[in-house]
Amino acid sequence: MELLRFTTAGSVDDGKSTLIGRLLYDTKQLFDDTIETVERISKQKGLSHLDLALITDGLKAEREQGITIDVAYRYFNTPKRKFIIADTPGHVQYTRNMVTGASTANLALVLIDARNGVVEQTKRHSFIASLLHIPHLVLCINKMDLVNYSEDIFNRIVEEYETFAAKFEIVDIHFIPISARNGDNIVDRSANMPWYKGPTLMYLLENIHIGSDQNLTDCRFPVQYIVRPHSEKEHDFRGYAGRIRGGVFRTGDRVIILPTEFFTTIKEINWSGTTVKEAFPPMSVTMQLGDDIDISRGDMIVRENNVPKISQEIDAMICWLNPKKLLVNGRYIIRHTTREAKCFLKEIVYKIDINTLHRNTDDKEIAMNDIARIRLKSAIPLFYDPYRRNRITGSFILVDEFTNETVGAGMINQ
Amino acid sequence: MSSYQLSYLEELESESIFVLREVASQFERPMLLFSGGKDSTVLAWMSKKAFAPAPIPYPLVHIDTGHNFPEAIEFRDNLIRLLGVRLIVGSVQESIDTGRVVEEKGPYASRNVLQTVTLLDTIEKHKFDACIGGARRDEEKARAKERFFSHRDGFGQWDPKNQRPELWNIFNGKKAQGEHFRVFPLSNWTEMDVWNYILHEKIELPSLYFSHYRKCFYRDGTLLAWSEFMTLKEGEKPEMMRVRCRTVGDMTCTGVTISNATALEDVIKEIALSRTTERGTRFDDKRSDTAMEDRKKEGYF
Repeated sequence: MELLRFTTAGSVDDGKSTLIGRLLYDTKQLFDDTIETVERISKQKGLSHLDLALITDGLKAEREQGITIDVAYRYFNTPKRKFIIADTPGHVQYTRNMVTGASTANLALVLIDARNGVVEQTKRHSFIASLLHIPHLVLCINKMDLVNYSEDIFNRIVEEYETFAAKFEIVDIHFIPISARNGDNIVDRSANMPWYKGPTLMYLLENIHIGSDQNLTDCRFPVQYIVRPHSEKEHDFRGYAGRIRGGVFRTGDRVIILPTEFFTTIKEINWSGTTVKEAFPPMSVTMQLGDDIDISRGDMIVRENNVPKISQEIDAMICWLNPKKLLVNGRYIIRHTTREAKCFLKEIVYKIDINTLHRNTDDKEIAMNDIARIRLKSAIPLFYDPYRRNRITGSFILVDEFTNETVGAGMINQ
Repeated sequence: MSSYQLSYLEELESESIFVLREVASQFERPMLLFSGGKDSTVLAWMSKKAFAPAPIPYPLVHIDTGHNFPEAIEFRDNLIRLLGVRLIVGSVQESIDTGRVVEEKGPYASRNVLQTVTLLDTIEKHKFDACIGGARRDEEKARAKERFFSHRDGFGQWDPKNQRPELWNIFNGKKAQGEHFRVFPLSNWTEMDVWNYILHEKIELPSLYFSHYRKCFYRDGTLLAWSEFMTLKEGEKPEMMRVRCRTVGDMTCTGVTISNATALEDVIKEIALSRTTERGTRFDDKRSDTAMEDRKKEGYF
């Protein structure tokens, strides 16, 4: 059984909560006590049907305001896959939450209200999915029941979407006409839309190919922790623990250590309590090397003929996460893989209007939820790949030196 | 292996081990909160894997309400020996004796809530800067928004509206003096994932999780294990029944299920078929609709 992580973006009224409730309900993930609560509250609200949106009801503050203010994680599984949903609020003031949810997703579900078609929100959500390089995008044209299950309307929305999505780098796009409220094309094929020949949403989620979402080409192993038992029995043991972030490492491979550029070989790889011959992402392993070399947390083990970029200068897109504005010449702490350094912000190149995608080079005030292109310089070299090539070695966060808060999320351009 | 795709359990384990190693790297005085339940037991064994062949680089901390199932204490002490790890006990009885907390009275009295004070005192006494816990996001709606690295202020409080964004796999454990973190490596696991992992890894659990005979009684529709620490209401009569515990906590608030399951496989089968949530048998959550959210803000586990 595989694991698929997906994110959902939508606004208050497009039925996102209902869709998630429907997925949990139809896959029988809900327990009797949860269903009873939903039934009771639905009745209290005077509804004739189950208000499936209540299933994903969150914190007290959210219920008071009737909105989702934070990323909520939901879990369900079918015999084929386990799913993790990062359920994010879709309003512009919550861009940072959408970015957070998107950062770990293999797939994004974007909802479109069939009555309204492609709106600004759809464009924004698609832009974020493309910016965060989510490999698969599924457009759910929802509320088809309210437009008489019209094939024409569906086709028009698909066409409109494809025209503007041509600007994005999204490899894999799917369109599904659904009604989350009535369950059309969610788990079961809709009898109301015989004209639709594609897969149901559940079929797609269960079968979409995610095997090639990881980078298996460029070997990257950021050293996370040094295992040294200091015991009689294991006196000379020196293990380098961490998570494989790219490529396939094999015992006997000749590797190079960054930043010292020493060469050595992989003597043994230990994973989950056993010795393995090869290791690939996202395994957490402990490696032993052929030579005694001084290696510490933040170093990176790579293959000699395929090294990442090594530089102190970073050109990146950033999503700002904090009410305190981004400062040119501001000093921050950058955390990239297992490496940490001081850095300063050299330049704001442009800000992106996330509704029009216009690059604004005049207004460079970067406030919370803004997305901008920046250049920064770190105090020590970082070992990185473009974000498009590797979502882990190409991403970083900025931390405020004084408040310790996570203030920015960065994606390296080249 | 040839397809270079991990199974979901392997991927979850790799994620959790990454988090455990991140704790050992980023903090000076971490610890693992150990309750004797299945989740913290899984974390203890996973910690062993994460740092092998070196010993686990943090102690296990048990916040002891004094109302424990004897089986849980026996299990705890045995596990400590097996893992070769240090145990630190924070005593709620001591907090009561020194007047730090006042014991609740009446039939619904429980020391569960009092644990928060003992926990925070223990953190301060030992200057712990990170507490690893077994909580999962699928347990409860307030937990669904919890981070892997959850920041606590100088008062140990959680501010759900002002959490640090957590992106990719980059965890920010930076903090000011006196603050600490709660870390939840099992965030992405569900109850069934944990059970399947226990089966797969052949992890030993306290006997309480398996069918046994014990005195029980019904209160407000929930079957509770009887103990001498509880005040019975009129009409409540403990009777000997064959049951198992679904969660293992304080004796005054842990519900039980009628069961004949003595093998792990049978317990898992029953859980897969059961129609109430895991915490549905926990009395501490029934106090109000937002019981968990309120307790978490105060600094609860």
